[in-house]
Amino acid sequence: MSERATSTGKAGMNLTLKIWRQNGSSDRGRMVTYEVKDVSPDMSFLEMLDVLNERLTLEGDDPVAFDHDCREGICGMCGMVINGVAHGEQRATTTCQLHMRHFEDGATVTIEPWRAAPFPVVKDLVVDRSAFDRIIQAGGFISVPAGSAPDAHAVPVPKDDADAAFDAATCIGCGACVAACPNGSASLFTAAKITHLGLLPQGQPERASRAKAMVEQMDAEGFGGCTNTGECTAVCPKGIPLDAIARMNADYLKTASK
Amino acid sequence: MAVTGAVLVLFLVGHMLGNLKAFLGADSFNHYAEWLRTVGSPALPNRTLLTIAEIGLVVAVVLHMWSAVSLARRAAKARPVKYAARVKPQAGGYATRTMRYGGVIILLFVIWHLLDLTFGVVNPKGGQATPYDRLVAGFAPDRWWVTVFYLVAMAMIGLHLRHGLWSALQTLGLAGRYKALKAGSTAVSAVLVVGFIAIPLAVMIGVVK
Ligand code: HEM
Ligand code: SF4
Ligand code: FES
Repeated sequence: MSERATSTGKAGMNLTLKIWRQNGSSDRGRMVTYEVKDVSPDMSFLEMLDVLNERLTLEGDDPVAFDHDCREGICGMCGMVINGVAHGEQRATTTCQLHMRHFEDGATVTIEPWRAAPFPVVKDLVVDRSAFDRIIQAGGFISVPAGSAPDAHAVPVPKDDADAAFDAATCIGCGACVAACPNGSASLFTAAKITHLGLLPQGQPERASRAKAMVEQMDAEGFGGCTNTGECTAVCPKGIPLDAIARMNADYLKTASK
Repeated sequence: MAVTGAVLVLFLVGHMLGNLKAFLGADSFNHYAEWLRTVGSPALPNRTLLTIAEIGLVVAVVLHMWSAVSLARRAAKARPVKYAARVKPQAGGYATRTMRYGGVIILLFVIWHLLDLTFGVVNPKGGQATPYDRLVAGFAPDRWWVTVFYLVAMAMIGLHLRHGLWSALQTLGLAGRYKALKAGSTAVSAVLVVGFIAIPLAVMIGVVK
């Protein structure tokens, strides 16, 4: 092992990775063990996988497929279950923003894709999250004439509502909530979208029909039922609160009782 | 789940308050038991209230179990491939994780409890004794293991309600007062548990005899 010091003072780390490999949706898949050497503590988790993939490519092996895009915690593409925790144990952090300094030299790290029937594995760690897109299509929008932009402050929004709506709108649709939920429920994601639009004046006309349509689509996709375990909000990189789910239930019950 | 759970909680509140009559002595307790049987009479036949409550409870328990089973089956279907790594719970909700098997333990307890104090089958005094005698005999000091079993079951019910009450409020859409609702559910569960365990304990240590 090289003793090269890095800016954080930790020397390069050696890790044992146990990674889910699955060659397409019809493959059964299996855990495969890899060694990675001389990992800098300053690397992000994805950069560490890049190092592994470069070596696999040079050796003529198939690199490990994983989703990523922005690598700055805002797009919601990345996501894997690291040692049994969605996005790893670091709170309020996407996988791309997780750094190797949180791991011990010599540690074994298990890496698995999100596990949910509505999120089928495409390859290795990549899952198909279009179920989320269909939930959005069912009602996660407002119908407005998209002409020129209205004047700022043309529609007043109370500050508290604006803040709460903005917090809900920070959901990046990564799917960690589903991956972490013991029931495989998509309630936190759906509730974040319903809260975001339902708290703003522009979202009022479709508020009731939106909750109904989105909840029904969520159930139709085969996600499990929410039992308020709170695992979702604990792993959510954006800290979407459980209150959102109560708000979704309130909107939904209002339509159901009509 | 929420609605049937709420019915069961309402029952528990009434049942706990009724039980506390044991502290007022044998007459008060037996009268209360008698009153439950004869309330409304002669306008209504005997056991009207009891029969309505019994039917309501059986329906609530069955529907509650049915919802629990269907939630568990939906969950199993939603995650056909399990994680290889041990999943580390991040929310710390111990009560949350005991809901399913805790519910089964509570059911087993309810069955024993009915055989013991309602039908008297496993009670030393049998079904013909007065309710108060059955109570005192059931928790006699030499039957300490019965008391211990009741205490464990009440602890399970406390955990079940601690999560269940709050979860029901959440399911029914009460948003925005997360901390207050959670604290309130814990407080109500604690009061119920303390009220229930007071009686077997009092009988065992001889305060109620
Ligand atoms: C018969 C066996 C039982 C089983 C299998 C069972 C199981 C469950 C489950 C799985 C939940 C949902 C948990 C959640 O929302 O996360 C629940 C909730 C609840 N249970 Fe039970 N339970 C049982 C008996 C009881 C009894 C005897 C009572 C009353 C003393 C009770 C009171 C409640 C309440 C109040 C809730 C909250 C409802 C809600 O979450 O919406 N349960 N139970
Ligand atoms: S609610 Fe949180 S965990 Fe779920 S999709 Fe949105 S950002 Fe990801
Ligand atoms: S890659 Fe965009 S959030 Fe991680």
